[in-house]
Amino acid sequence: MLQELPLTPPSASTFAPQVDALYWFLVILSTVVTVGIFAAALFLSIRYRRRPGVAPGNIEGSLRLELLWSFIPGVLAIGIFAWGAKVYFYAAKPPPDVMDFYVSGKQWMWKVQHPTGQKEINDLHIPVGRAIRLTMTSEDVLHSYWIPAFRLKKDTVPGRYTEMWFQATKPGKYHIQCAEYCGTKHSGMIGECYVLEPEEYQRWLSGNTGEAPEVAGQKLFENLRCVTCHMAGAGQRGPELAGVYGTKVALEGGGEAVVNDEYIRESILKPLAKVVKGFQPVMNTYEGQVGEEEIMQLVAYIKSLKAQGGGKQ
Amino acid sequence: MSAQAVAAPHAKIAAPEHRETYLNYDYSWKSWLFTVDHKRIGILYLLTVAFFVAIGGLFAMMIRAELLTPQGDVLESETYNKIFTMHGAVMIFFFLIPGVPGVLGNFVLPLMIGARDVAFPKLNLLSWYIFVVGGLLTLFVAATGGVDTGWTFYAPYSSTYSNTRVAETAIMVFITGFSSILTGLNFLVTVHTMRAPGMTWFRLPLFIWASYATALINVLATPVLAITVLLLALERIFHIGIFDPKVGGDPILFEHMFWFYSHPAVYIMILPAMGVISELVAAFSRKRIFGYSFVAFSSLAIAVLGFLVWGHHMFVSGQSAYAGLVFSVLTVLIAVPTAVKIFNWTATLYQGSVEFATPFLYVLAFFGLFLIGGVTGLFLAAMGLDIHMHDNYFVVAHFHYVMVGGMVTAFFGGLHYWWPKMFGRMYNELTGKLAALIIFVGFNMTFFPQFIVGYMGMPRRYHAYAPEFQVLNVLSSAGAVVLGTGYLLAAVNLIWSLKFGKVVTEKNPWGATGLEWETQTPPIPHNFEVTPRVTQEAYAYHEMYSGKEAHGVH
Repeated sequence: MLQELPLTPPSASTFAPQVDALYWFLVILSTVVTVGIFAAALFLSIRYRRRPGVAPGNIEGSLRLELLWSFIPGVLAIGIFAWGAKVYFYAAKPPPDVMDFYVSGKQWMWKVQHPTGQKEINDLHIPVGRAIRLTMTSEDVLHSYWIPAFRLKKDTVPGRYTEMWFQATKPGKYHIQCAEYCGTKHSGMIGECYVLEPEEYQRWLSGNTGEAPEVAGQKLFENLRCVTCHMAGAGQRGPELAGVYGTKVALEGGGEAVVNDEYIRESILKPLAKVVKGFQPVMNTYEGQVGEEEIMQLVAYIKSLKAQGGGKQ
Repeated sequence: MSAQAVAAPHAKIAAPEHRETYLNYDYSWKSWLFTVDHKRIGILYLLTVAFFVAIGGLFAMMIRAELLTPQGDVLESETYNKIFTMHGAVMIFFFLIPGVPGVLGNFVLPLMIGARDVAFPKLNLLSWYIFVVGGLLTLFVAATGGVDTGWTFYAPYSSTYSNTRVAETAIMVFITGFSSILTGLNFLVTVHTMRAPGMTWFRLPLFIWASYATALINVLATPVLAITVLLLALERIFHIGIFDPKVGGDPILFEHMFWFYSHPAVYIMILPAMGVISELVAAFSRKRIFGYSFVAFSSLAIAVLGFLVWGHHMFVSGQSAYAGLVFSVLTVLIAVPTAVKIFNWTATLYQGSVEFATPFLYVLAFFGLFLIGGVTGLFLAAMGLDIHMHDNYFVVAHFHYVMVGGMVTAFFGGLHYWWPKMFGRMYNELTGKLAALIIFVGFNMTFFPQFIVGYMGMPRRYHAYAPEFQVLNVLSSAGAVVLGTGYLLAAVNLIWSLKFGKVVTEKNPWGATGLEWETQTPPIPHNFEVTPRVTQEAYAYHEMYSGKEAHGVH
């Protein structure tokens, strides 16, 4: 019977058992609470059903009881909050050695790019046992990338990046579904996640060649003539990019910014929003000239640039 | 309760003479359409709301028909999307929000506090007209192509991409909101200024406290919705960049603004229902509500906390994880005032004199359904779990348990309770009980499977779904037929009673406390012959029944 009607989706990530544990705890707790209170109400109604000659009692209330049944639900509620927060933060903080995948949502498909450059539409092939981070955005409206077997989802938002990480634990085929309503074919924005053994994953990769995002990004960097201002040596018009990723830069007009995916993306599309201190606001926007996937490749390239001489951070 | 409570002489029942009531003093259309009598306006709301429930219910049935099979085979994708959008929008804006305040609130609130009418009777009529204009706009939208954004209108889909009637719908929401604001304002002023002599704040029936808290939310939160949909319309019509990043906007901003209203709106729907339940529990157990002031203040606590939790709709939106922490902890804390209400109602039954009349069956149904709706809210408030639950069918089941299982069940309970006062007729008791039972069973059949199918991984707003979800969806659709039958039976019973039901002329057929039971049935146009003077607390059942035999009044 349970085979035919499973109560949970397959559990296939390091995150899934943590969600399931909290879920079943709450199922048991809420069953006890619901059945207990409902049974008490039913029992009291029948026990004190209207009878001729029996007048109702006269009770004001009881501060002690009321404080008790405020306090107990309060403590339980805080406990549930703390457990939920602990689980949430596991999903929010990826481990250091992640494989970076890029996902772009679009009405009504998912476009994925692998760290080694392979691209696929809707489906996702990943190796088992490796921590994988998806950096995601959307080309049009809100979407949400959901893999129920991993118990994970995250909205993809036009104009910004969101992240989600997981480590698959069981080879197999699992649903990918768009969870944020996105228009006519919302329910068709689905795919399958194939979790493969590492050697199978290597085989899949070799059957699907492509350029690594940072290699493609380097070509774009040259074709779009970014080099003329950002790699012209001393006195160049734009800031040096080697080694800049992850650092803090001071801005014209005060303030500072951390150089991350989001900031690089913004600087490509809205160059004048946050100009690095010491430079003129002369860069043109590349809005309309580069798509979300290309921006991700440029980001990957800039990320890969090491500082000259390796001396400064 | 008040000094002039005198039972009607029995001779009057034997030889009925013409008694003037708010229903029969004038039969003309004009007297209804230009009435400023809160009771008649309540009836106007009842008719309007019933009309929209029928439409929303029809949409619900179409959704359940489509979901019988995994393939999208009954409706086109676009049609299906429009149907669930209209189902949500119609039910929320034209039933769940105005239902209890518009119908029951309008009818009984002034009676309960011993007033002749609300503070601003003409404004009250205007509220209804605004509501009707909003309703006509909705019908216009539905008839001319519909809208497919979901009732949440998330940008930039709604502001840029959808090619359905979004702007018109935004205007509809904008207009309808003013009806809520004006009713809320009217109730606030009425409760402050129109209470009868001796009706102190702590002698107010708990329905008044709940309606007061609701009115506060209506007045404070609804304008934010108006601003939000106005900005949406500006972006859609004039391409002013507010929410769509392509023109310089931010879609997360829309989510914040939308939920800043729409989460408190959940309490606009459920608080008045809780007020109704307080009245029914007291009346049918003939006891004062256990811990009156805790129950009264829990309404205000829910109203205040309800303003601070909107971000729990956005745990996976890309909102900061630390903001999420604050929203999560405040959300779980709402469990406290809610639990106080449930426990206090249950404790009220202890040593009561409980009558299993139709309204009380709705109270029991409310207990069961609202409890399930409440505890499943905790699942969703736990951030880690919400990553998986967000936008899946577990959420759909949860809010139907709270809204339909909570608000609609209480609404039906209240309607059956005040029905004899409103119309001077009694429905068939056995049919009433049967309907309540069918509704309870049908409701659980419809929505319980959705918890399971949600956790299994079925997303909401899906026209076609994976085959492993079918068994539970078939069960849910079958339940919807049972549930629909229950509601129909209850409605037919009430309508039937208007012509064939037993005539009720006694002031107080339930033997309940409350000023609304001390005036004529149905009430005279101006509510009370003499302004009542209140000398006792709201639920003085002990004084009413102690020493005497609990007399079966009906």
